Amino acid sequence: MMYWNRPSECMGRETLRELQSQRLVKTVERVYYNVPYYRSLMQERGIVPEDIKGIEDLSKLPFTTKDDLRNNYPYGLFAVPLSEIVRIHASSGTTGKPTVVGYTRGDITTWSELMARTLACGGATKDSVIQIAYGYGLFTGGLGVHYGAERLGASVIPISGGNTKRQVMLMRDFGTTVLACTPSYALHIAEVLEEMIIPREELKLKYGIFGAEPWTEELRQEIEEKLRITAIDIYGLSEIIGPGVASECHYKDGLHIWEDHFIPEIVDPETGEVLPEGSEGELVFTTITKEGIPVIRYRTRDISKLTYEPCPCGRTHARMHKVLGRTDDMIIIRGVNVFPSQIESILVNIGETEPHYLLVIDRVGNMDSLEIWVEVSENLFSDEVRKLENLKQRIANEIQCTLGLSAKVKLVEPKTIERSQGKAIRVLDRRK
Amino acid sequence: MTVKQISVFLENKKGRLVQVTNVLSQNNIDISAISIAETTNFGIIRMIVNKPQLAVEVLKKAGFTVNTADVLAVEVPDCPGGLHQVLEILSHLNVSIEYLYSFVRRPSQKALILFKLDNTDRAIKALKEKKVNILSSQEVYEL
Repeated sequence: MMYWNRPSECMGRETLRELQSQRLVKTVERVYYNVPYYRSLMQERGIVPEDIKGIEDLSKLPFTTKDDLRNNYPYGLFAVPLSEIVRIHASSGTTGKPTVVGYTRGDITTWSELMARTLACGGATKDSVIQIAYGYGLFTGGLGVHYGAERLGASVIPISGGNTKRQVMLMRDFGTTVLACTPSYALHIAEVLEEMIIPREELKLKYGIFGAEPWTEELRQEIEEKLRITAIDIYGLSEIIGPGVASECHYKDGLHIWEDHFIPEIVDPETGEVLPEGSEGELVFTTITKEGIPVIRYRTRDISKLTYEPCPCGRTHARMHKVLGRTDDMIIIRGVNVFPSQIESILVNIGETEPHYLLVIDRVGNMDSLEIWVEVSENLFSDEVRKLENLKQRIANEIQCTLGLSAKVKLVEPKTIERSQGKAIRVLDRRK
Repeated sequence: MTVKQISVFLENKKGRLVQVTNVLSQNNIDISAISIAETTNFGIIRMIVNKPQLAVEVLKKAGFTVNTADVLAVEVPDCPGGLHQVLEILSHLNVSIEYLYSFVRRPSQKALILFKLDNTDRAIKALKEKKVNILSSQEVYEL
C-alpha cells in the first residue's frame, strides 16, 4: 500500500482529533478577525472565538452556504488581502455569477500535498506518467490535479479535455500509466480507443483517477473492463479546495477524507442538526488549514454518510460514502455544475416573462448531451422562421457563455412540458 | 391597406395541423390563403382567414401560440412576367421580402400574392404609383 504522507494519513484518531481541535480554534480566530461577514454572523449568535475550544464546539458555529459565497461576490469571504492571493478559481453559480475562491501560496502548497496524497492513494507514484484530461482554467480540476501530480514527482501530461483521438495517440506514444478525468470522459476515451483499433497491449495504462461528477458502480465496472485499469473515485469541490478533499484507496470502500485539513459532518438537510455516524444526510465541511478563503461548516448539498471504522489500507481518516444524491436540483453535465434556474434567467433575459423549459440530459456515445426544450409563448413567437432560428441560436449562445456548455435548443408548443401538480418538471435525466 | 395574417407555431408532430383546421372549422372560420414554413423541428402556419380576431381567440383557447402580422395582398396577372413585374418594383425600392406565398383562384384569372416585407409602407406607395392592385382585407376575404 502506497502512502504519500504516512504519519498524517495513518495518524491515531486521538492525535488527529487533537490536531483538528487546535486547527479549528485557529481557523475560527482567523475568520473572526479577518472576515467581517463571519464576525457579524458570530456576534449575532453571541459567540466569541474563545467559546470554540475544540472540535466538540463545532456545532456552535454557523453554516456557510453557496448563497453566502455568492452574496459576498467576489472577494468578500477572503481572509487575507488580495496581495497574498496567488491564484483565483471560480465555478458556475446559479445566477450567472460564479463562486470565487482564492488561494495563498500556502494554500497551493496544501492543495498540492493533498492532491499528491489522493493520487498516491489511487496508485500513482513518482514513476507514473499522468495524463490530465480534466479541463484547465477557472475550473479547479485541471490545475488542482496538475500541481498534485508534480508534487508527487510524476511525469505530467497537461493535455486538458477534448480532442479524444489525440488523447489516445499520446496515451500510447507517451506511455501514460495514470489517466485523470471525469468518469464519463474516461468511458468516451475507451470507446475512441476501440474505434481507432489500437490494441490494449500498446498502452501502459494502469490506473484511472476519476471525479468531478457522480458515477455509479456499474460505470466503474464498465470503465475498468474496457480500459483494463483500476478506477478510483475522488471527491472535491472548489469551495473547500478543489479536487483532493477525499479519495478512495484500492479497497474502494468509501473515500478517505483528509481530515487533518477538513472536518466533515453529516447534518439533517432540513434542520441542520448533526447526525450520528452512519446516518445519511448532507455533507458539511470546515476547512482548518486554508488561509485564502477558510469556510466554516460549508453545506455541500451532497448527500452521503460517514464511517470512522478503520480501513484495511491502514489509513485512519473517516470515509465518506460515494455521493448518494443532492439536496438541491443541481445536476452535473460533462463535469459542469448546472442549476435549472440558470437556464431560467437566460430565458428571462431574452424576454420570456414566465419561461417553461426542460433540460433533457442524455448520454450519446458516453458523452453527456444537453438539450433545452423551450415552450414558445407569444413573447417569443414570430411568423418569420429566421427570427425563431435566431432565437434558438441566441439561447444556445447564452448557455455557452454562462455555463461553458454547448446545448441544443428545441422550440416546443405550449403545454408540451409536463407539469406535476402545477409545478413544472425542469430536468429529464436520461443518463440514469 | 394591409391584411391581418395569423400565424400559428407548430411542432413537427403528427396530427397538429388537423387540430388547427378542426378549431377553425368548428368556429365557422373560412381560410382564404394558407402557407406553411417548415424547419427540421417546427413549422409556422400562416393564414388569411375571414374572422382573424375570432381565429386568434379560439386558437389560443385551444392552447396554440398565435400571432398576427400585417401582410400585403397584391394582385398580379396570371401570365409570364406577372410576379416579376411586382418584384422588380420592390427590388428597385430596396425593400426586402421576408416571405411570400400565393394562390391562383381560377386559371387565367389574376393571382394573389401575399407579401411580408421589411418596409410595407414604402412598398404600398410605390406599387400604387405603378398601378398595381393592392387588395383590402374585405376583398381578400370575399375571394
